[in-house]
Amino acid sequence: MFLKLAFTRGALYHVEQVYIAQSHVRANFHRANKITTPTMSDTNIELKGSGFTLSVLHLQNNDLAAAAQALESKISQAPQFFTMAPIVVNIEKLNGEAVDFQLLKQTFEQLNLVVVGIAGATDEQKVSAKTAGLATLNAAKGQVAPTDTNAPVQTQVRYERVEVPVEVEVPTYKPAMVVKQNLRSGQQIYARDTDLVVIGAVSNGAEVIADGNIHIYGSLRGRAVAGAKGNDSARIFAQKIEAELISINGNYWTSEQLQKACWQQSGCIYLDGDKITVSSLEI
Amino acid sequence: MARIIVVTSGKGGVGKTTSSAALGTGLALKGFKTVIIDFDIGLRNLDLIMGVERRVVYDFVNVINGDSNLNQTLIKDKRVDGLYILPASQTRDKDALTREGVEKVLNELSETFDYIICDSPAGIEQGALMALYFADEAIVVTNPEVSSVRDSDRILGILASKSRRAEEGKEPVKEHLLLTRYNPGRVERGDMLSVEDVCEILAVKLIGVIPESQAVLRASNVGEPVILDEQSDAGQAYMDTIERLLGNEKEYRFIEEEKKGIFKRLFGG
Repeated sequence: MFLKLAFTRGALYHVEQVYIAQSHVRANFHRANKITTPTMSDTNIELKGSGFTLSVLHLQNNDLAAAAQALESKISQAPQFFTMAPIVVNIEKLNGEAVDFQLLKQTFEQLNLVVVGIAGATDEQKVSAKTAGLATLNAAKGQVAPTDTNAPVQTQVRYERVEVPVEVEVPTYKPAMVVKQNLRSGQQIYARDTDLVVIGAVSNGAEVIADGNIHIYGSLRGRAVAGAKGNDSARIFAQKIEAELISINGNYWTSEQLQKACWQQSGCIYLDGDKITVSSLEI
Repeated sequence: MARIIVVTSGKGGVGKTTSSAALGTGLALKGFKTVIIDFDIGLRNLDLIMGVERRVVYDFVNVINGDSNLNQTLIKDKRVDGLYILPASQTRDKDALTREGVEKVLNELSETFDYIICDSPAGIEQGALMALYFADEAIVVTNPEVSSVRDSDRILGILASKSRRAEEGKEPVKEHLLLTRYNPGRVERGDMLSVEDVCEILAVKLIGVIPESQAVLRASNVGEPVILDEQSDAGQAYMDTIERLLGNEKEYRFIEEEKKGIFKRLFGG
């Protein structure tokens, strides 16, 4: 019932990002660490500030049972999405009314949600939230839930759905980058999202990088990095292998290993599992 | 219009200034009006090699800044007709060369000269970039050892990407390889890279091989370009290089070890 209302209001879908800046926490941590355990290195842990996209639930009144009911029907529409989802509860609309945070926590737990914090709380609410073991967050600016004065029914639960950006791979054909020159020491070429074909030599100190395969119709004396964006099936083909380094998706060989395998020969270099393998180009 | 030729290498001490002096003198000997410009601001050497250090009054930077004109600044060689030297400033640094200033001087020289030889400083910084920027042709001086070859490769890459011809998308700078300090004996023993090795790595057309020679050091110290020493192997090799630069076929000499006869073995060379 409530949810239906929430859905009909198109404006309810937007992303709210809550950034938790932790840089000052980090500084304090370092200082404290220095004083108490001056010899201990802090390599075991690392504190870093980071931003997360969280769902924020705006409570319209203090009726937790009603809110739970509305949420339940909402969750039933996409149970996968909500299982153990971290959630921030915004209680700004309650205007400082005392909230039973323990009950709130339990209510959400029963729905398989994890309340990570409270937003929009007054100072008193913050104190009781802390005793209940909840973090208090500052509500993101401009994210106060809009109230629709023309609404015929009083909405109790507002739910903001979080848009999760899903990278959809669109298979598009991108022509290979063809370079018809010798690549000299210090020159670097990157074939983004495609194959690289070099008609010429790659000198010592030159670097060729491709997200796809690399073909070199000349001597490869410099560095060749194929599958740079993480592509295990990328290969390197060269007329004469005398490379300083070859790498496929982060697995690399230096000239030392190449010297034992295929030095000054033509070859195709590829990954067999995560093991670099060279095969002859002779037919 | 003059042909602007830069003599460059990336690495220091391979013989850029010696080669600039020899090639400039050789072209003048062939009857071309030639000027050699020392781009090595702050480390001026060309005037010493050419033996004109006592006649330097104004320099390249003075001309750029308008403190002197070209007529006052160019030093005329007393041995060879039609040979001039534009010395570098010893008291300034390489940033004193501005692209506009260099262009202005080169344009003015182009009106009266047949060849402008730019003697580049080592490195790949401002001074070297200025020397090669306006070049039509480049002579890359390389010693037969790996670090020199590597640096030459780097400078060839820069020629292909940062010269005016490259920036304006014109016909690329014509590249020539000049191998200096070549010692056939040491090549045979495997101490040095051979002509073939260097040519294969650099993939540039060879224009000359100058043998390692006592004559070069002697010439430098007396301030006389080695090409004027017609008896010396280095002088002859530079003269052959001039022929090739002018488009004439010339067989390579001094790249095989001289077979010593029985008398030379007994009584010394």
